[in-house]
Amino acid sequence: MIERDEVLHVARLARLALSEQEIEAMQGELSKVLDHVAKIGELDLDGVPPSTHVVEITGALRPDEPRPCLPREVALASAPAVSDDGFLVPSPQA
Amino acid sequence: MSEVEYEAVIGLEIHVQLSTQTKMFCGCGLSFGEPPNTRTCPVCLGLPGALPVANEMAVHYGLMIGLALGCELAPRSIFHRKNYFYPDLPKGYQISQYDEPLCKGGRLGEVRIHRVHLEEDAAKLTHVGASGRIHGSDASIVDFNRGGTPLAEIVTEPDIRSAEAAADWLRLLRVTLRRLGVSDVNMEEGSLRCDANISLRPAGSEQLGVKTELKNMNSFRFIERGIKAELARQEKILRAGERVIQETLHFDPNSGRITSLRSKEQAHDYRYFPEPDLLPIAISQQMLDRAREAMPELPAAMATRLEQEHGLSAESAELLAFKDELGDYFEAAVREPVDPQAPPQALANWLITDLTGRLGEGQAPLQSRVEPGALAALVGLVAAKRISVGAGRSVLDKLVAEGGDPVAIVEAEGLGAMSDGDELAGIVAAAIAANADAAERVKAGNAKAVGPIVGYVMRETKGRADGGEVNRLIAQQLGA
Repeated sequence: MIERDEVLHVARLARLALSEQEIEAMQGELSKVLDHVAKIGELDLDGVPPSTHVVEITGALRPDEPRPCLPREVALASAPAVSDDGFLVPSPQA
Repeated sequence: MSEVEYEAVIGLEIHVQLSTQTKMFCGCGLSFGEPPNTRTCPVCLGLPGALPVANEMAVHYGLMIGLALGCELAPRSIFHRKNYFYPDLPKGYQISQYDEPLCKGGRLGEVRIHRVHLEEDAAKLTHVGASGRIHGSDASIVDFNRGGTPLAEIVTEPDIRSAEAAADWLRLLRVTLRRLGVSDVNMEEGSLRCDANISLRPAGSEQLGVKTELKNMNSFRFIERGIKAELARQEKILRAGERVIQETLHFDPNSGRITSLRSKEQAHDYRYFPEPDLLPIAISQQMLDRAREAMPELPAAMATRLEQEHGLSAESAELLAFKDELGDYFEAAVREPVDPQAPPQALANWLITDLTGRLGEGQAPLQSRVEPGALAALVGLVAAKRISVGAGRSVLDKLVAEGGDPVAIVEAEGLGAMSDGDELAGIVAAAIAANADAAERVKAGNAKAVGPIVGYVMRETKGRADGGEVNRLIAQQLGA
């Protein structure tokens, strides 16, 4: 079972406010996820290089050619709040 | 008891906006002051399901930087997600590179390079609120035009030992990047941004002290002043027997004060992991060849060549090669077939001291009215003693103001050197007669008293007289 403090730390990094109930529930759920991943440790992986990608394809680069951008109204359409042609968000310093 | 001498240990992290047409991972054009949020698409807005694809030209520029800095170019490199939650980052992570960067190692001048990697820039935040001040504001407006702009991050080893050396080295890096043509390298506009990692240790010690990170200084002057202020702050702490705390700092150039940026936001917990949406970059032979072919002559090489080709002093050669395209002007001027010929070192001196001094910082010589050929002709006239140095400076004043041909100006203004020795001797005699007091003092051994006499001659001759000749004649006539 992971510690309550670890849950709070991860919640803080994701800017999530958890209720007491949710903290307890998350301790259980996150622990299950970690236990599941830890099963990999049961395999003998000495000499197996870590993989970063499922398929080893390379060279997929994009030519440096401009493509049309979204009209601003469309870009802003889904924003919960808008001000002065920009996305309005709570201040990160508040 | 003797006091401990401290030694500064400084490393720099430089972010360079690359001059591509489009963003790092999408086809949006880069923004140059367009209205907010008009250069966006699902990729750089971080909309669900949008997939990034790396910009070929950004990789090309990254390779050129790596070649210029003597880095080892990784045959394979990958992107990572650097996770942190901030409104300037719509995905909740920045796509960057971590343990497999594009370039590793290298050196520029005296400073070793740790790594160079590619990443995307963040969006621009404007803080608003009832108070209108940044601190304590309650809302922010996000403009995503800048979000996703390609950046090369260059990280040095901690090889720099003073604030002045940091600024000097950054100037060398800047002129090198400008030569490469990979960035505008404009600090005021943020296309070149510099953070410094700073610590002190007892001189001679191999161990590193606790470092602080000084953020985002946007001019060479601020970098020098900021680092100096931080070194002084750390020295005071250490001399008091206390400890430096590792933290991120902000230098305020107006007050000269350093403030801590430390907050919960600064807890570095980036949880890097490989970016599954992007394929590894494999550098093909073709890409390498293309980057090598695109390499121009770099400032350090240009300095050596100017020194060898034209017999310039090392100092002049470096000034020409490292400073704002002075080298290009010099090469254009030295190639001009002028008669009498302009000796290269004299040409360099006139360019470095006289011409740039008259133009000031705002104007490059190539953009001035003084054609390279005109400066070469002028220096040729002075070197051949057809005109005096003083007359040469008057001609240069005229060239700076109006442009034109120095030979024509010399003729029109009657500035040609006085070839008639008797005429000059007569004027010198008159000057001595008019300044009897000064003449007495010179005779009594006060060589500095000669000033008013020389001044009289120069006024009478409109500066055409050769200064050396005037001094010789005065000494002769006074028997001093």
